[in-house]
Amino acid sequence: MTLIRHELKRGWKALLIWTLAIGSFIVICLLMYPEMKGQMDNISSIFSSMGAFSSAFGLDTLDFGSLKGFYGIECGNILGIGGALFAALLGIGALANEEKNGTAEFLLTHPKSRTEIITAKLASVLIQIVILNLVVWLLAVASTAAIGEAVPWKEFTLLHLAYFLLQIELGCVCFGISAFLWKGGMGIGLGLAIALYFMNIIANLTESADFLNYITPFGYCDGSAIMNKGVLDSCRLLIGLAFTLAGVALAYWKYTKKDIR
Amino acid sequence: MGIKAITADNLVKYYGKARGIDGLNLEVETGDFFGFIGPNGAGKSTTIRTLLGLISPTSGKAQVLGMDIGKNNRAILQRVGYLPSDTAFYNGMKVREILKLSADLRKKDCSKAADELCERLQLDRDRKVEDLSFGNRKKVGIVCALQHDPELLVLDEPTGGLDPLMQHEFFSILQERNQNGATVFLSSHILSEIQRHCSRAAVIREGKIIACDSVDKLSESSARRVTLRGNVRREDLPKCRDWKELGDAVSFLYSGDINTLIRTLSAADIQDMTIAEPDLEEIVLHFYEKGGEQA
Repeated sequence: MTLIRHELKRGWKALLIWTLAIGSFIVICLLMYPEMKGQMDNISSIFSSMGAFSSAFGLDTLDFGSLKGFYGIECGNILGIGGALFAALLGIGALANEEKNGTAEFLLTHPKSRTEIITAKLASVLIQIVILNLVVWLLAVASTAAIGEAVPWKEFTLLHLAYFLLQIELGCVCFGISAFLWKGGMGIGLGLAIALYFMNIIANLTESADFLNYITPFGYCDGSAIMNKGVLDSCRLLIGLAFTLAGVALAYWKYTKKDIR
Repeated sequence: MGIKAITADNLVKYYGKARGIDGLNLEVETGDFFGFIGPNGAGKSTTIRTLLGLISPTSGKAQVLGMDIGKNNRAILQRVGYLPSDTAFYNGMKVREILKLSADLRKKDCSKAADELCERLQLDRDRKVEDLSFGNRKKVGIVCALQHDPELLVLDEPTGGLDPLMQHEFFSILQERNQNGATVFLSSHILSEIQRHCSRAAVIREGKIIACDSVDKLSESSARRVTLRGNVRREDLPKCRDWKELGDAVSFLYSGDINTLIRTLSAADIQDMTIAEPDLEEIVLHFYEKGGEQA
């Protein structure tokens, strides 16, 4: 518990900033919705007829004029990218930053096993992701109610759940990579998050690249499928779960026998 | 006393192809004030980091306080206090918080001992660690290593950055701990430090222990430092080394038969002469030069 408390204490400022940034963008967008709704009829048809561009962002299957459609796209861009970057940074720094900052020697010469340290660090990464998503979800529901729209509970929750799982997956994969690093890996974390985001866009653009959606966690965060059908793609989720577990296993396997610099 | 504080049996650590330590054998008795001497890169830190489980050995065995370093790392760390040569802490935290964290990680309340140590080392607990000078950061490390009253103290070049007064205070704390039964394992390349404080010492060179004995014994090797003024020629004294000419005087280390030395010198015209025990520094340097053939 000491370690988890220590980790959370060290991370709370970054967590606060990311939560406020993502949360406030979503609130602002939702507050703008009533004003936009009236002008949406025309925009919607323009958006959905931009060919490849429309399909890349799911504009062809989502109705921008409805709250669900609007939120599916808007949330995808804000919570999707923001959350992914946050989770990647959190995961990639968890183990590697100790060696980068020279604090590994301090931490690891206290009577804690490597397994305990990995578990505490992993737990604090997960706790921070949970807090961010819980707050953002509450803000989204509250601002929807504030603009006088009926809250589409199931779709909202499913969409947020999908992005939550995406962050868990990315956080755990980066956590696994982190065990191999000793100089910090901000670039690797950010690069991976952005690469996976673009992988999803490419997969949406061309039929032949659709398999990429089974690799990138953005594949199961498809706003149009979730908002229109109200389900998550279980096959992609299972693949995502496999990546998540692999990341965690990798961290334990490597870090329990790692030579600390 | 059955249990030794530290034993290493043919311990080897290679970083890829680079040597860390190469077949290191070491024994430290409980209660010793033990010095570990060697130049930079000889393998001092590698030895310590292996014993504490930060790195795992390539081969060989070692025990700390009777426990295997591979299997009982946690139990070992519970009873050891370690001061790294390069002390780094979490930025943004105050000294007080670091000390509390270290104690919490050991599940011990060390606030009284911490207060006392901070007082003696004149360490301000309300400063943030990143604002501290190198020497003051070192003090934080010292308190972390000492506050839980460990049975074995492992100190890796502890005095760097400490001013002479602080060094004095630090060593008197160590002496007290040692008198109360703690084993002190002190790594250093400053020989006078070892000679002044340690009872036993080991010399490490290129990853191997080349000498290990009481500091008195190490200092009293058969070699003598001879300094004289007179017409002595080097060729007459085959068993001397480290020949230095200082104006009309010469100085050398002599390790041959003393009678031969006296006979040779009696044939010469000597105005002045001293024969003294060499200090530890000269002996250790000799070990390094000769590749440790006396080990």
